[in-house]
Amino acid sequence: MILDVILRVAAKMFIPFILMFGLYVQLHGDFGPGGGFQAGVIIAAAVILYAIVFGKDAATRVVPKWAVEQMVPLGVLIFAGVGVWSMINGGEYLNYNVLLHAGEPIGTYDAVHGQHWGVFLVEIGVLVTVTGTMLTIFYSFTGRGRPE
Amino acid sequence: MSQDVVTELADRPLLEAIATSYNYWITIFLMVSGLYIVVARSNMIKSLVGLGIFQTSVYLLYLSPGKILGGTAPILTDGAQIYSNPLPHVLILTAIVVGVATLALGLALTVRVHEAYGTIEEDEITLIVDREDYAEAGEDAETTP
Amino acid sequence: MAAGPGFDVAANLPALQVMVPLIGSVICAVIRQRHLCAAITILCSAVMPVIAFLILWQVQASGTISYAMGGWAPPIGIEYRIDTINAFLLVLVSLMGAVVALYAPRSVGNEIRPEKQGWYYSMYLMCLAGLLGMAITGDAFNVFVFMEISSLAMYTLIALGSERRALVAAFQYLIIGTIGASFYVIGVGLLFLVTGSLNLWDIAQRLPEVENLRSVVAGLAFIVVGFGLKLAMFPMHLWLPNAYAFAPTVATAFIASTATKVAIYLLLRFAFSVFGVDYLTEHAPGGEVFLILAALAMLVCSVSAIFQINIKRMLAYSSVAQVGYMLAGIAIATDIGLTGSISHMFNHAIVKACLFLAVGCIFFSTGVTRIENMAGIGRTMPLTMAAFVIAGLGLIGVPGTAGFVSKWYLVQAAADVGNLLIIAVIMVSSVLAVIYLGRVVEIAWFREPKAAVVRKPPVEMMAMTWVLAVATIWFGVQTDLSAGVPTIAAAELLAGWAE
Repeated sequence: MILDVILRVAAKMFIPFILMFGLYVQLHGDFGPGGGFQAGVIIAAAVILYAIVFGKDAATRVVPKWAVEQMVPLGVLIFAGVGVWSMINGGEYLNYNVLLHAGEPIGTYDAVHGQHWGVFLVEIGVLVTVTGTMLTIFYSFTGRGRPE
Repeated sequence: MSQDVVTELADRPLLEAIATSYNYWITIFLMVSGLYIVVARSNMIKSLVGLGIFQTSVYLLYLSPGKILGGTAPILTDGAQIYSNPLPHVLILTAIVVGVATLALGLALTVRVHEAYGTIEEDEITLIVDREDYAEAGEDAETTP
Repeated sequence: MAAGPGFDVAANLPALQVMVPLIGSVICAVIRQRHLCAAITILCSAVMPVIAFLILWQVQASGTISYAMGGWAPPIGIEYRIDTINAFLLVLVSLMGAVVALYAPRSVGNEIRPEKQGWYYSMYLMCLAGLLGMAITGDAFNVFVFMEISSLAMYTLIALGSERRALVAAFQYLIIGTIGASFYVIGVGLLFLVTGSLNLWDIAQRLPEVENLRSVVAGLAFIVVGFGLKLAMFPMHLWLPNAYAFAPTVATAFIASTATKVAIYLLLRFAFSVFGVDYLTEHAPGGEVFLILAALAMLVCSVSAIFQINIKRMLAYSSVAQVGYMLAGIAIATDIGLTGSISHMFNHAIVKACLFLAVGCIFFSTGVTRIENMAGIGRTMPLTMAAFVIAGLGLIGVPGTAGFVSKWYLVQAAADVGNLLIIAVIMVSSVLAVIYLGRVVEIAWFREPKAAVVRKPPVEMMAMTWVLAVATIWFGVQTDLSAGVPTIAAAELLAGWAE
């Protein structure tokens, strides 16, 4: 596989664009179709393509296994952290209205900005978890040899 | 849906009833065949495949009524009167994620079972398990920890 | 609730009830150092009963609590809706979670490999969060999500068992559990198609308009079968014995005392709150079928329990039989019957958890799980076996123990509707319980010691076993919590939600 020039060149050309497209789907998610789930899978697909073409060892040098395993809970922590932050600000769990810009009188918030940032942060959490989960699944299954 | 519509639906000839609500027939077909594969196959991977088909039928059950004929994407624009229902898509996105998690866990267990037993046929595993069960009580593998 | 300044703990209790163990679980998954994880687990689990009792107190003081997740008012947003029965369930699950978490560290250290113990704690808290979420939420699809969270965590917990058969048991449970959850989702989907709502309260309001539609009956049937698989309703219980027998003992104690109870609660919630007694009697008269299944569960599974060689499997079969008692009370569907069922959930949870914890102590000290190898354990480990016997008396339903109270309610309910057959079945099943538990007691106390006691069970394991043993007696005498609250809950359930 490593000697296959066409695959290597094509993959090298594609991977940046796949990553870019993943980020587009992620960041454009609040204006059009898209979001953390889709973007997470696309970004994971880029790494998996890299692993298939250049071998798993090369992929784990770029994205180590421990890192993807930590990404899974970290994304959930980001998500839950947003919820806790809105609770600390006096709203319900995950009430984005109260996330940002505490103003006068006390207890008023900029709901528009709050909603915007709330969705944005939560989707980042989703992105991290989904990417991590997909890669963890991939690494776990490819890492197990056939017991003879 | 009012009562009249229901009786009207029930009075239609069978073929027409099938043709106008074909999405439900596809759902039913997938549901039954998936369930049959799960029950009838002893190979663990095939069981998981059946489970996947079964879950897909559930996705279809939710998604197909969400599309409203002539409706557009549920984004406020000028000139659009009818919108498709976005809620089923969100629900099914969640259900798909749950399905992926279940499938991944099932496959992981299959790998471990293969490592532990050397087979993924449930029939063969049952035989091995039965042999362990009826082994002499005195010489079972229980050891002090 | 308007967004006020500052962290309003009292108003956010429903969210904290689920989020504390969920976040704890995630932190455990990040850290994965077993001692730290154990500390986090104990901390989170110990907070849970406090929150649950506060919620129960709030409900009793000021009626149903409605919590709008994310500030989106129901029925648009996800609602956490808590009345007496869920508050009671929250107390039950969180109490069991706390007791098992305090018991766990050294038992886990004994049964699970060190590098996997961090994952055990993470999955344990995840399972706890899922079960509490199922009990607390008032949104039909949210129930599914929490059900899958708890189930996936449970499959993992079972697969962590030390024997290789744990893997097969977990796989079989995964297949059955997923089919059950999918059936539930199909049922909810059919209800969603005809009512256009996923909020349980809202569905209850809209159902009377469409109650003649066949899809509503089909939806109810799918939901009942889905929960039937989850709660091990006879004859859909075949996954349960292996799953309980090969999971780590702590996990078994937790799952046996909570998972089936939450599924039964949801069955009650759908049958009585959402559909309502009138709908059931008019459109879906299945009471007799349920009674027959319940009676079969009590008899067949009690007999199966007698012939088991593995003590955990024996107790697992006994669990299916006990689920039969609860179903019988639900099928009778009178005030007293429901009280008996709900009360039996609580009492059975305490009794069965105590039995499994005692078995865990024995396994820790001697490494035996086969009944015939337990010969003389009563003489070498008298304290543990004494707790086992007390809980066993509770399971049989001897007067003065917790099991008696709820069985008395069930017998009374059956007598009220003139169903003498069910009374006879309850009696026979109790006698069968005497036989299968008596067999263990005979082997443990009246035979020469066989297995050597390698080490004494640790203090905290003994303490938790005895806490539950004392609770078995306590709730046999003091029934304010274990029968008083279920009485109110039963009345609320029978009233239904439809206005």
